[in-house]
Amino acid sequence: MDTKLNIDLENFRLETRAWLEVNCPASMRKPIKDSSEMFWGGRNPEFTSQDQKIWFENMLEKKWIVPYWEKKYGGGGLSAEENIILTQEMSRLGCRRPLFSFGIAMLGPALLKFATEEQKLNYLPEIVEGKIWWCQGYSEPGAGSDLAGLQTKAEDMGEYYLINGSKVWTTYANKADWMFCLVRTDNKVSKHNGISFILIDMSTKGVSVRPIKLISGKSPFCETFFENVRVPKSNLVGNLNEGWTIAKYLLSHERKMIGGVGVTETKKEVHELAKLNLECSSGQLNNSLLRADIAKFEMDETIFELTIQRIIDEDKSGKKASQLSSFFKYYGTELNIKREELLIQIGGNNSLVWTPTEENDGNAARKFCRSKGNTIEGGTSEIQLNIIAKRILNLPT
Amino acid sequence: MPLILTDEEKMLKEAANEFLASNSSLKSFRKLRDNNYQSFDQDLWKGMIEMGWTALTIPEAYGGLDFGYTGLGQILEETGKTLAKSPLISSILFSATAIRLCDNENLKSKWLPELMKGNILMALALDEKAHFDPNNINSTAKLSGNKYVINGKKKMVLDGSNADYFIVVVNEANMTSFFLIDVKSKGIEIKSDILMDTGEYSSVVFNKVSVASENKLNIKTNGDSILQSLLNITSAGLASEMLGSMQAAFEKTMDYIKEREQFGNKIGKNQSLQHRAALLFCEIELCKSIVLKALKAIDNDETKKIEFSHLAKAKLGEVLKLTTNEAIQMHGGIGVTDDADIGFYLKRARVIQHLMGDKNYHLNCIAKIKGY
Repeated sequence: MDTKLNIDLENFRLETRAWLEVNCPASMRKPIKDSSEMFWGGRNPEFTSQDQKIWFENMLEKKWIVPYWEKKYGGGGLSAEENIILTQEMSRLGCRRPLFSFGIAMLGPALLKFATEEQKLNYLPEIVEGKIWWCQGYSEPGAGSDLAGLQTKAEDMGEYYLINGSKVWTTYANKADWMFCLVRTDNKVSKHNGISFILIDMSTKGVSVRPIKLISGKSPFCETFFENVRVPKSNLVGNLNEGWTIAKYLLSHERKMIGGVGVTETKKEVHELAKLNLECSSGQLNNSLLRADIAKFEMDETIFELTIQRIIDEDKSGKKASQLSSFFKYYGTELNIKREELLIQIGGNNSLVWTPTEENDGNAARKFCRSKGNTIEGGTSEIQLNIIAKRILNLPT
Repeated sequence: MPLILTDEEKMLKEAANEFLASNSSLKSFRKLRDNNYQSFDQDLWKGMIEMGWTALTIPEAYGGLDFGYTGLGQILEETGKTLAKSPLISSILFSATAIRLCDNENLKSKWLPELMKGNILMALALDEKAHFDPNNINSTAKLSGNKYVINGKKKMVLDGSNADYFIVVVNEANMTSFFLIDVKSKGIEIKSDILMDTGEYSSVVFNKVSVASENKLNIKTNGDSILQSLLNITSAGLASEMLGSMQAAFEKTMDYIKEREQFGNKIGKNQSLQHRAALLFCEIELCKSIVLKALKAIDNDETKKIEFSHLAKAKLGEVLKLTTNEAIQMHGGIGVTDDADIGFYLKRARVIQHLMGDKNYHLNCIAKIKGY
């Protein structure tokens, strides 16, 4: 490798490290306890602490909210190598993400690939600045696993599209400012070929939202209803009736996220929690059956992480791995469910507490309940296995 | 360091795949079995030596290639696919590694080149019970004058009846020691068993066997730590073979369910089979990662090599068992006939998952290392 480049990168690392040391407040270097500690931005931004605000504003000024997007879209224009260094240095210090956003992780990649230049310049900088909170309108009451069966329709009225229908499982629809949405624009062709990808301002007349409460007692999910909602035609992304291509592209991003790829949060190992909660003799858990379950789980957890690493490394060396997103989604979520089951067992009485008290916040039981959704949202485990069987193993249909 | 093969390792693997495709097949495996359980095919073994496979893990100082265990792992993965029988495991992976890890320079410079050239064969005498338990060796070595007296009963000595020398693991004053012993020494009694994988495994009795002190392999180096390293390497090596077998058994099964028709349809159209196949695919992806990580950790002498080797043998044991069971079930009636080759993988799987410790053994080791 070029020596000068190496020196430049090393300088970049040192500068980055020094900058983060100065500009990331200490409380922003602690792991996030629950979703209330995440900053999502939006038209009515809610900072839960002064440090959170300082951290966001510092990163915004430094253009490091989305460091790897081009500068003209509000990004930091960092090279792939520089971005890796920034990520490494942030995780070294334990820095929180300054902004949580479906705009960055899900809409952004779609706009970059499919939108017009005008749309990119219009929407991307607002995502970076945290001015607009985006939500995703995909699933419908009648179109969950069979997403392409969606029925919310957008009629061409000449100057605008007229939208009628409803969406379900829209995360934070009650707080979001805009929605990227899949709508039916042609019902005479096969179901995959009549779908379009459109952007909707949630403050438009005719849009209403109702939150959904989950078995965990809380939820970021909502139902969203559209009654004669008028959307400008310029809000269409990509070609008319080619929305399914965009949706598939985004779903593979989403699956990687849910499957845990790229999540740097470090969890306490299950056996450590077990040793804190259960009896041991000479350093060994007395409950040998539970001990075996933990050993088996940690084996798979470690090897799954290695597999993510291997596939990322193969990807970098030019081998196409994108078709493995179903594998990541399936295995990652199944593991998470197993983890929560183990934690409930390990905690005993303590992990069953539901109503918060001073000693017990009741989060264990709620997290356990919430985890049951992991193997359903973003395409059920069964759908992922179907995809693997058909697209990777080429089994007959 | 990226978790992928280097270009040289890839080339080695491809060359092995081509060589084995034209020189070894399940047909020759069947032929050896039907020919009174012949241990291996001499021509194939010669070919392997010419390909340089026996030299991969031998240091350059002894005439080897010093290519590393990641390289040997690629070879073993390929031999696992065709179930190619050879002394590669007993003589090279087990015995040459044991000698290399020891510090008796005279024995190393004398025997490593001979093993590499295939002039002699060796077998590792470690196991003593029905279950793998390397921390409780009962065989003993006692110094008497300038000779050692060896006593003990060894089991599961792979390729023991073909060997010229045994490498015997013994307890010497509560520490592990390694001895190189001529199979023809007085006091040695060998009994052979053919196991279900068609392999030959000996039980060897050492009754007051007298060995010159020059034949002790570990001089200054602690025998316990040599044994630990040997077990890491053998676990990762066996796991490599298991990875190859598992992929071949899976591929054959996929081919079968794409062809076999019942009720007017290919049976692979059934979702019940598709989901099980997809699940196996996922598990095999995990297996590829841990085998490669274990091999690389050994070559790079990473601190976590012990954990990764245990994980490799544990995970591969689990998934090879699942894969071969599913392979038989998905083949249906033909799967339980001797005419079909798929049963060979099941039978090899049961032996190799047991050899050098099964899943439970290795998971228990990891739990102890992690302190729970």
